[in-house]
Amino acid sequence: MSKEIKSSKALPNIWQKPKFVPKMTPRSWTGIALISPPFAYSLLMLAAPLLLVFLLSMWTQNYLELDRTFTFANYKEAASEKLYQVLMIRSVVISGVVTIVTVLLAYPIAYYIAFFGGKRKSMWLLLITIPFWTSYLIRVFLWKVILGYNGVINGSLMGLGFIEEPLTFILYNANAVVITLAHAWAPFAILPIFVSLSRIDFSLLEAARDLGDGPLRRFFRVTLPLSMPGVVAASLIVFIPTVGDYVTPRLLGGTNGLMIANMIQIQFGKANNAPLGSALAVSAMIIVASASIAFVLLNRRFLKVKG
Amino acid sequence: MTKQHEREPIINIQNVEKHYGSVTALDGVSIKIEAGEFFSLLGPSGCGKTTLLRIISGFDNPSVGTVFIGGADMTDVPPNERPTNMVFQSYAIFPHLNVADNVGYGLKKQKLPKEEIDRRVDDALKLVDLEGYGPRESHALSGGQRQRVALARALIMKPKVLLLDEPLSALDKKLRETMQSELRKLQRTVGITFVLVTHDQEEALTMSDRIAVMFDGRIAQIDSPEGLYRRPISRRVASFIGVMNFIPATVIENTNKILSLNIKSLGQLDIKTSSALKKSEVITVGIRPEMLTILYNKSDTSEYSFNASIENASYYGDMTYYEVFIEDTDIKATVSMRNTAGRPVLEIGSKARVGWGKDSITIL
Repeated sequence: MSKEIKSSKALPNIWQKPKFVPKMTPRSWTGIALISPPFAYSLLMLAAPLLLVFLLSMWTQNYLELDRTFTFANYKEAASEKLYQVLMIRSVVISGVVTIVTVLLAYPIAYYIAFFGGKRKSMWLLLITIPFWTSYLIRVFLWKVILGYNGVINGSLMGLGFIEEPLTFILYNANAVVITLAHAWAPFAILPIFVSLSRIDFSLLEAARDLGDGPLRRFFRVTLPLSMPGVVAASLIVFIPTVGDYVTPRLLGGTNGLMIANMIQIQFGKANNAPLGSALAVSAMIIVASASIAFVLLNRRFLKVKG
Repeated sequence: MTKQHEREPIINIQNVEKHYGSVTALDGVSIKIEAGEFFSLLGPSGCGKTTLLRIISGFDNPSVGTVFIGGADMTDVPPNERPTNMVFQSYAIFPHLNVADNVGYGLKKQKLPKEEIDRRVDDALKLVDLEGYGPRESHALSGGQRQRVALARALIMKPKVLLLDEPLSALDKKLRETMQSELRKLQRTVGITFVLVTHDQEEALTMSDRIAVMFDGRIAQIDSPEGLYRRPISRRVASFIGVMNFIPATVIENTNKILSLNIKSLGQLDIKTSSALKKSEVITVGIRPEMLTILYNKSDTSEYSFNASIENASYYGDMTYYEVFIEDTDIKATVSMRNTAGRPVLEIGSKARVGWGKDSITIL
């Protein structure tokens, strides 16, 4: 009998009042009041739509009705259909190229502002944001004017006699999409690279010089590795949104430049298959997330980048 | 036939000037530094000592003048091609490299076999007492360890001259004192010329063979630590190196190398001198606090003495510093006394007899 008592003592009594009851002081109410708006905002604007897309992707569209039985059929179709595969790979490739081009072009600009900007740093940064003063659509149409059959580039080159016929590889294909996106996303790449370059302690650069490095060796051994956090940030900022870009391929991509977002739009619109569109969207999200994580991990591993 | 060569200085700075716009950072600086010397550039902040070091290292170029290092004109040679290496004030340890890669940084370019680099890195780490620290991440090091890494990284290059830019200023007092004697030992071991920039006179005195005192972009005096302390050439140098009491005096006579002085309120005395001071000229004489002695007993004797009232007493444990007023004057003097047995700390406001000797007088 005494044994029984002992064992019951060892068991936690779930009916007992928990020892720690958070007391609601006026201070904690203030805290809750302060975090509530952003919490409600992220719940409504981010979590809810995402959840809806997840749910939708596991249902089936039967002409006008939604069949709410749980299924992975949409994902199977998204993964096996040749057209979707092609579009997905093309999206990732175009985004990858855009990212490389953007970062390669942004780096020297960020470098110049960080090390040679002097007192005019903020002026340079302001100038870089100027394209944002107009709508993105207008900028896309401007590129059409520049790259078009009778556009600025072809007109000038023909006028100068460099070419006989207009160049056609610069509009209504993937190249046009890359050029336009690289231009549009340049400031987003310049800023993080600029920040990481300005953070470099100048005495580190002098130390490299002092230990025998010329300017080029020093760049690859000190400046570049120390600015890699900015490069990684810039790459992710450009890569993640451009995979899902929809306007640019639609207006400049022609038929060979269409990307996965255009197909998602078709599924939600003309094709009237929102569940398949959702499955494509979720698949794209998973692929982008994995690619980004792989990129960050590889950087950690080989370049010892510490964020 | 043997030629008698004067020993070529390892660093020969000739008439260097540096102007930043209308600001003159260096004005007509000439210094010769011998090989194997521990040489310090000492001065208050803004005196141009760091600018001069940067001109030696090649990070700055002189506006006027020439810099010879090891007999070769290096005035326009970039820092990566100079036989000098620098220990930076912030140590400038590369945060993305571990200790071994930091130390071996300069060797990588020389295309040495890996084993050779590893061996020399190990040797360099051993030299600065960091054996086995190679694989450590550099951001996990303490201030003193960072400094040792910076030293090893520079010394591994076997420079002709090692330049140190206020290397101890970031360390706490205790560690700073340890590093002072270690740096001195290290310099004797490797035999490389060290040029140290510092604003700390104690640091310069304890470590250097010779010191150049700089004020306002000019060299005020170059001498050994003892020479600077005992024979400062100006009031400014005297008060920068340690503490000195300044007392006005009038020349009574200066004949046959015997200078007769009337030191205000202390009386008349004769000193052997070769100075060309003229009769009734008003000068300043300096006397160090440790050259003044409080005479505790009536029977204590001294060459000269004066009565004083104690204005303030600062107790340092081993020493007590007294601020005293020389009786019937407004002249304040500092007296330092070792707190040996039988020497109680005197109370503020009490009277004391202070003794001194004429050999301790410096004429400025």
